[in-house]
Parts: sequence; C-alpha cells; structure tokens
Amino acid sequence: MGWNRKVLRVDLTAGTCKEEPLNMQWAQDYLGSRGLATKYLVSEIDPKVDPLSADNKMIMATGPLTGTMASTGGRYTVVTKGPLTGAIACSNSGGFFGAEMKFAGWDMIIFEGKSPKPVYLFVENDKAELRDAGHLWGKSCWDTEETIKHELQDPLVRVSSIGVAGENQVLFACVVNDLHRAAGRSGVGAVMGSKNLKAVALRGTKGVSGIKDFRAFMKATTDAKKVLADNAVTGQGLPTYGTQVLMNVINEMGALPTRNHRDVQFEDAGKISAEAMAEKRPSDGKSQLVTNAACFGCTIACGRISEIDKGHFTVKNSPKYWGASGGLEYEAAWALGAANGVGDLEALQYANMICNEQGMDPISFGATVGAVMELYDMGVITKDILGIEAPFGSAEALAKMVEMTAMGEGFGKEIGQGSKRLCTKFGHPELSMSVKGQEFPAYDSRGIQGMGLTYATSNRGACHLRSYTVASEVLGIPVKTDPLTTEGKPELVKAFQDATAVFDSAGICVFTSFAWTLADVQPQLDAACEGEWTMDKLNEVGERIWNMERMFNNAAGFTAKDDNLPPRLTTEPAKVGPAKGLVNGLATMLPEYYRIRGWTPEGEPTTETTARLGL
Amino acid sequence: MSAQLKMKIAFKLFASLTDYLPADRKGNRLELEVDEGTTVADLIRRYNVPEKSAHLVLVNGVFIPPSERIRHRLQAGDELAIWPPIAGG
Repeated sequence: MGWNRKVLRVDLTAGTCKEEPLNMQWAQDYLGSRGLATKYLVSEIDPKVDPLSADNKMIMATGPLTGTMASTGGRYTVVTKGPLTGAIACSNSGGFFGAEMKFAGWDMIIFEGKSPKPVYLFVENDKAELRDAGHLWGKSCWDTEETIKHELQDPLVRVSSIGVAGENQVLFACVVNDLHRAAGRSGVGAVMGSKNLKAVALRGTKGVSGIKDFRAFMKATTDAKKVLADNAVTGQGLPTYGTQVLMNVINEMGALPTRNHRDVQFEDAGKISAEAMAEKRPSDGKSQLVTNAACFGCTIACGRISEIDKGHFTVKNSPKYWGASGGLEYEAAWALGAANGVGDLEALQYANMICNEQGMDPISFGATVGAVMELYDMGVITKDILGIEAPFGSAEALAKMVEMTAMGEGFGKEIGQGSKRLCTKFGHPELSMSVKGQEFPAYDSRGIQGMGLTYATSNRGACHLRSYTVASEVLGIPVKTDPLTTEGKPELVKAFQDATAVFDSAGICVFTSFAWTLADVQPQLDAACEGEWTMDKLNEVGERIWNMERMFNNAAGFTAKDDNLPPRLTTEPAKVGPAKGLVNGLATMLPEYYRIRGWTPEGEPTTETTARLGL
Repeated sequence: MSAQLKMKIAFKLFASLTDYLPADRKGNRLELEVDEGTTVADLIRRYNVPEKSAHLVLVNGVFIPPSERIRHRLQAGDELAIWPPIAGG
C-alpha cells in the first residue's frame, strides 16, 4: 500500500485530535506528501484566506516511500498557504521526523484553527494529544527539542518545532526538525506560530507495513541504491563536498548573484566555498567541516557538520556555539555570503547556526540583508534607522542583523518581513530580488537562462527546488544544454517541474534525481503502492499536481503579471563573465511555456487541460 | 626549428582534483606559461588528471564538451577550470 491510510486531524481551537481515513482516490491521483497534502489543503481552505489567520490550515505529510527502505525515504512536507508570498507554500525536509510519523501509523497531520495558548502535539503511535507549551514559548528550536526529549524521558522522540522567529511570525520562519533540518521556505514556521503550535513530537514503533509486493520492493530499492552508489555525483561528489562545491562553479560561470544581484561574480567566492570549508584554518589548525551526514534512509549523505572557529568574534564569548553543528549548504552560504558581499566563512557559519537555532530560512534572510545593504549604500537606510553600519561586505553587520531578526529586536522586525515588504516600505520595490515575494536562491538568471523561467513560474515564489534546470544547464544532467540561450528552456522547465512534483510527492529527496530518472522511481512506487504505477501515470500525476498548485494561486489572486522577474534581471545586463551583456530572456520563454502547459496567454489552464488532468 | 611562442594562462582544479596541483600551490589556481596552441586536453594530460575525473571543464566560464577538449586551443589570458563529477542545489 505504501500509505498507512490514516490522517490525524488536530483542531487547535477545540483542542481535539481525531483520526480519519485517508482519501484513497486522492492518493491514486496525487500520490502523497506534496501532492496529496496540497489536494487536502486546496479542498479545505478559501484561497483568499489570510495565511496567518485561524482559517488557514497547515499539513505535515509523508509520502508512500517515507519510512521505507527506499534510499532517501525520510522526507516529509509542510503544506499551507504561505505568508511570505500569499501563494501555495510547500516546504520539504529530511532528517528523521518524517519516517517517525510513518512509524507511528499516520500519513499526515492536518492542523486547523488556532490554540488559545501555546501547545505542542505529542503523538505516540495511535495516541495523540495536545500538551501545554507555555514553558517552551520563547525557547529556540534546539532548546525546545532538548526539553521535550527530557520531559518525555525518551531520546528517540523526533521533534519539529519553531523557534522565536516562528513565534514572532517572521515571514520566512521555518519549521526545524532534528536540530539542523528544516522545512525552510515560504514562512511555514510563521503559520505554525500564528496557531500557537510550538512543536510536534512523534514516537512511532510500528515500522512500515502494507508494502504491496515486498519482494519486488526489495529488488527495486536495492537496484535503485546501486544506481546512486555507482553514479559519480551521488556516490562520490555529493558526500565528499556537499552542495557547497557549486560556489566556485557558479562563480566561474558568472552566475553567482553578488551584492543584491548588482554583480554576477564574487571576488571572495573561493573563501566561502566547499574547498575553503575543508581547508585547515590558520587560527586553530582545524577545518570548519567536520564530517558529512545523512538523513533517514539516505545512501548519498550530502549533509555538512561543521565546527566554527571558537576564537571568531561572533562566538568567542558564546561557548554554546562551539560544538559541531549543521554546516553550510550552498544556498545558505551564497545568501549569507555573496548576496551581501561577505567573504568571512566563520561569520556565515554563525549566521547559519542562528537560522537553525531560531528557525529562519537563510536564503530569504540573507537575500533580504542584501537588499538592506544596497539601500544603506544608497543612503536610503541610514545608521540612525538601522542602529548599526551596514555596508556590503560587513560580517559584523550580518552577525548583528541575524541576531536582531531572529529575536525580533529593533530593525530586525523590518528584515523579518522579507525584502519585498521592506523595499516597498523604503520606496524601492524594484530592489527586492524576489518573485511573488519570495527571494531568489543562488543562481543568476542572466547567466543561467532557464532559471529565470523557473523562478518566474514557480508556484511557491522564486525557488530552485521546483525545477532545477541548473542540473542540465550547468552540470549536464540528464543532458547538457547551453545556459546562455532561451531555446528549448520552456520544455526543459516544464519537464523538471512535473518530474520534481513526483519525487517530492513520493517522500524521497530530489537529490536522487542527479542519478535517478522517474524510470528508477517507478518500480519502487509500483511495488510499494496499490494500483498500477506506470510511467504514464507518474507523468500525469506530476503535471496534475503542478496545475492544481497553479489553480490555487490563480484563485488566490495571482495572474500572469506575477510570473515576472525584478527589472534588474531583465534590463541590467551582466557586467562580466560568459553572460556579459545578457539579460534574462523571460519575455521570449514565457508565452511558449504557457502554450506547452496548455494554458491561456493569461496563464490560466484551459478547460481542455483541466479536463485532461481531471482537475 | 623556430622558438615556440609562449603565453600565460590560469589553470584551476577544484574539489578532489586539487590534489593534482603541485604541493606548493596556493588555493586552486596556478598561473602557467604554456606554448601557443596548447589545448585543454594537453593540460589535463600534463597534470595527470584522469579523463573521467575531468568532468566539468570550463574555459572562461564556458563549458567545453569532452569531444572538443582535444582541439580547443587556449588563448593568452584564458582561465581553464576543471571539476570532478559534482552537484549541488
């Protein structure tokens, strides 16, 4: 079956927890996790609901492969209407929390309403109850997890929680599990905070049962693991250097957004790269990188565990940050570093730790700091307003701003609104490097053209995890395409978008797709899940999920005008590198994208498209 | 035989390929004086980088497909950068 067939519905207003059967027809149509939880959400909420009101709902969901022997089968998803964007929000996390939900016998947990006081949900197999969290309110994610484990006297409880940022409804607050993993983007943590829900603690001892054909499943998962192990990227590249190895690659290509996208190359990229993390520091003779790490069931192990330099100005008086902790991934290192012109690797690790500790998305936080530094450089935001000096490149300013934002102090409250609201407030909306209110990740779309279309059409605002055409345009996976042309990119983006929706909905990590295609996932799903899971069906499910998300956004008030990029990327050419003289060719790509999607020129799925997909 | 003309280029090896640079290297970059007409494949061979490890090859940030490495002649001032199979995201 793959699914447990059980949904836990938690009414936070009434304080009740009820079991209900999973809609198995929807499971056939939307698979699980991202797809299935989104189907529940869009069926239950008004698309125009205020994301931070009691009428919004938040769903934590597993996929049919979550908790199984499938490699990377530990993912879970947080789905809600996002407060940063007003669009569908769907953030996906690894670690061990997702598998634990499956082991406790549940496929998903739907949270509705708003608790009158801080609570946390405790689930132990079939038993589910809301508990007082008054003593946890004001605590970090790290302290919350430790306190819950201590009071339950069970170190194996898995916890997802919000930190102070989520409590304060920072619009890019995330939900952190297992200390260093996060459902990171779109402000899902702010929704959790708005509901007075501090944490979810799970303990499951049932394992996974009901695999449709366990012999076929063992074979399919074993075969697929061999593909990952034999592939040079997933077998060697990612475990050794992690995602951070991209820093020098993307810089070399002239596609590393620098100083709020003013520049496309960062002179200190080498100092904040994977190679720098592995090099011994002169100060203490140790490298920042301690080891790699894996999430539940993962045979890639791309995660970074790092130790900051104890003598660095950010932590020399704070021993609690001296131990090994979650290390820099590429997107975080870019946003905290190149986006602000900061080339101090230790300062980036400090800011990254604060983001993990208090539950903030380092991409949106770092990119918003980039906008603040540009406004400071222009004299629009002054030291009097900010409380500190904040020129591009200031590690001191970065460190101070991460503390202020995490704890909701001073100007940190403005940063916590994200770059779109902040730049609009200070009269320069064009300086927010975002789409639909969500900040860009680490690829400049002047140098990687397909990413411009990816960002403009992403259903959750600017994001690389909805269609990672970097794989093709930079890395040659599955085939190499020219990053500097728009030709063929609409087809490429659509193919990546639909396939990624399936990977996400299965409960596995999208990083498997560096080695796997859907043809490697299909036998695993077909052996695990009831029904026939053919390639045709998977392709259709992916396309259906994409269109469902789009239709929710359209109903929420988004139009084709929102499939856009900031003017900097479409009018200010790259100054150096291979893309010198180029802007992003979105206007060329978008009409063709709508056409192959089966959408009208206004970006609405046609009746033929909705009928074909059963929407 | 006329004297071979020389030119300056930069040669960069990243990630695990760094080990193929001389021990006295600084960072990932070497400045080299090479014969005019030197190809990408010449330098890959000269530094004993295994062919299958030279996965991502960029000259001035532009991708050079494997089939063109043998005939792609470097120009003065070029930056040749090479990575093993890697990914990110």
